[in-house]
Amino acid sequence: MALNQILQYIFSGITVGSIYAFVAIGYNIIYNSTGIINFAQGEFVMLGGMIAYTFSNFMPLLPAIIAAILITAAIGGLIENVFIRRMRKTSVLGMIVITIGLSILIREFALSIWDEQIRALRFFTGNEISSVNILGARISPQVLWVLGVTLVLTAGLYFFLKFTLTGQAMRACSENPTAAKLCGIRTDRMVSLSFMVSAGIGALGGCVVSPLTQTHYAMGSDLAIKGFTVAILGGLGNPMSAVAAGILLGLIEAFSISILPMAYKDVISIIILLIVLVARPSGLFGSRSASALKDY
Amino acid sequence: MNKILKGLLVLTLIASAMLTGCTKEEETIKIGALFAVTGGASFLGAPEAKTAEMVVENINAAGGINGKKIELIIKDTAANPEKAISFAKQLIEEDKVIAIIGPSTSGETMQIKDLCQSYGTPLLSCAAAEAIVDPVASYVFKTPQKDSYVAKWIFTTMNEMGITKIGIIGANTGFGNAGLGQLEKYAPDFGIEIAAKESYDKASTDLTAVLTKLNARDIEAIVNWSIVPAQSIVPKNMKQLGMEIPLFQSHGFGNIKYAEAAGAAAEGIIFPAGQLLVAEKLPDSHPQKKVLVAYKTAYEQKFNEPVSGFGGYAYDAVMLIAQALKNAKSMDRNGLRDALESISGFAGASGVFNMSATDHNGLNMSSCEMLTVKNGQFDLYK
Repeated sequence: MALNQILQYIFSGITVGSIYAFVAIGYNIIYNSTGIINFAQGEFVMLGGMIAYTFSNFMPLLPAIIAAILITAAIGGLIENVFIRRMRKTSVLGMIVITIGLSILIREFALSIWDEQIRALRFFTGNEISSVNILGARISPQVLWVLGVTLVLTAGLYFFLKFTLTGQAMRACSENPTAAKLCGIRTDRMVSLSFMVSAGIGALGGCVVSPLTQTHYAMGSDLAIKGFTVAILGGLGNPMSAVAAGILLGLIEAFSISILPMAYKDVISIIILLIVLVARPSGLFGSRSASALKDY
Repeated sequence: MNKILKGLLVLTLIASAMLTGCTKEEETIKIGALFAVTGGASFLGAPEAKTAEMVVENINAAGGINGKKIELIIKDTAANPEKAISFAKQLIEEDKVIAIIGPSTSGETMQIKDLCQSYGTPLLSCAAAEAIVDPVASYVFKTPQKDSYVAKWIFTTMNEMGITKIGIIGANTGFGNAGLGQLEKYAPDFGIEIAAKESYDKASTDLTAVLTKLNARDIEAIVNWSIVPAQSIVPKNMKQLGMEIPLFQSHGFGNIKYAEAAGAAAEGIIFPAGQLLVAEKLPDSHPQKKVLVAYKTAYEQKFNEPVSGFGGYAYDAVMLIAQALKNAKSMDRNGLRDALESISGFAGASGVFNMSATDHNGLNMSSCEMLTVKNGQFDLYK
């Protein structure tokens, strides 16, 4: 294979992987503070793209995206307040089922607010036909935006969780909610915050990828499954490993296409997931001892 | 006072009994419809359901058929074959419909083909795959153009352009797989070599990897056969990869929204489709022009969205039933079936229908036209 082709597959893999990562980060943040797998995560991505598209019709792109992130984050907070907080007595499994219900609800709302048509946010730089040449590989400038945003987001999240008081409080809730409460951390606020942050991150992802992948009211469920695979692959509970696992899975898929018919792409990713689950149930980058202490 | 009340009560009872007696005599004609109004194929089902409702409304407003009103019962299958089967049974057994129109997708239609046949209920599918009417089942019809016409149109155009080596890709759906099969079947007849064939998941969001693979095979054109939103992703990805070879798509591209979603990348895409999309540009002598312009204007005014070829399939299904019922010897399922089979020279949205015992589609090659995207609009190719 020529160098430019290898590079082309790498870019393709990283782009797809970044999309998976956006969803997987959201899973992890909510899982950390609640132990819930929020299957409505894909819907946040869809809402981000849809809302930004609607606003972009009468305002510049940047404010439209910011508005989309804020509104989606507010929806995330609202969901936590209305459904999750009031049902805390339900088992974790029950809560997961609730999130599946919520994802269907959001999808149906989106169908009636917008319609069944596909929409695409306009390109941040250039348009549908512009492409950048990097060492013989050609990519859309939007791919660079996706990569850049993923990078900044990952770094930002790392610093937030590691060095800010709020971030540390969020981590404390995930390590041990009771101890966190004893230290004076308002755990319920942290849960609210985690829903808002992961909804906002999902919306940001939805905006950045929309020019490339397009936005459709029913796109959430497919994203949710792929994002879930990535979250498990990386090890639940660690947003950073989700990014690594997402990009890894994207690359594996891209190179599998280069050798095998594309129809086998998902088979390969599922086989890898199964192998990881058997050999390392805590995920590729997860800690074995930490996962032994968790419910799921 | 009490007696008067009692008397009134008896009178009302008698009156209402008489009224219900009257409505029974004036029974409606029940037509069932299975459309994927929501779900992954909603871009097919939604315009189909809207169209069917509109056409039935118009027929009823004009006095119905032979004095009887049509009652349309639409079920949303969400493109799910299991739902299609259970709704079809419900429509046939409980609602006792005279015929079913739809489903929207080929996969669903193939699932209920035998069912409708064994119950002797006419089915007018709005899905494209050739297998729906080949082999012919006596009660199963379809309104969209056959896949083979579409494949032949694509290859004819390629011959004119001097293209001999191509790559084909399609969605992993009933429609996509059937289309790829037709392309492979007819390519040798036109002297065209298929150097690569790939199918992708219908929810795919990025196809640069598979296009990179095709690009390495020195092909002169790509055919993409799908009805999913990937139709707008393929052209974008090709431009991003710097691929300058022509892109052909199937008649599934007949929705201007796909061209809009692909933006500048849609320019120059070549695809065969019914004349509906370019109705205004047809010469006045064209047999379908009047029908097409009337339907297009009515749809766009009523629903405030551009017409798509898919709505046209539902338009034809309802109109064919209406036409057949006017000619039918008996107003039942068998009478309708016989009348459907003898329809000839009927100008619909997808073409001029000439049904026969061996042809349950009734359209010919001239029902398609090669179209292209020019300045964001559909236009005649050439």
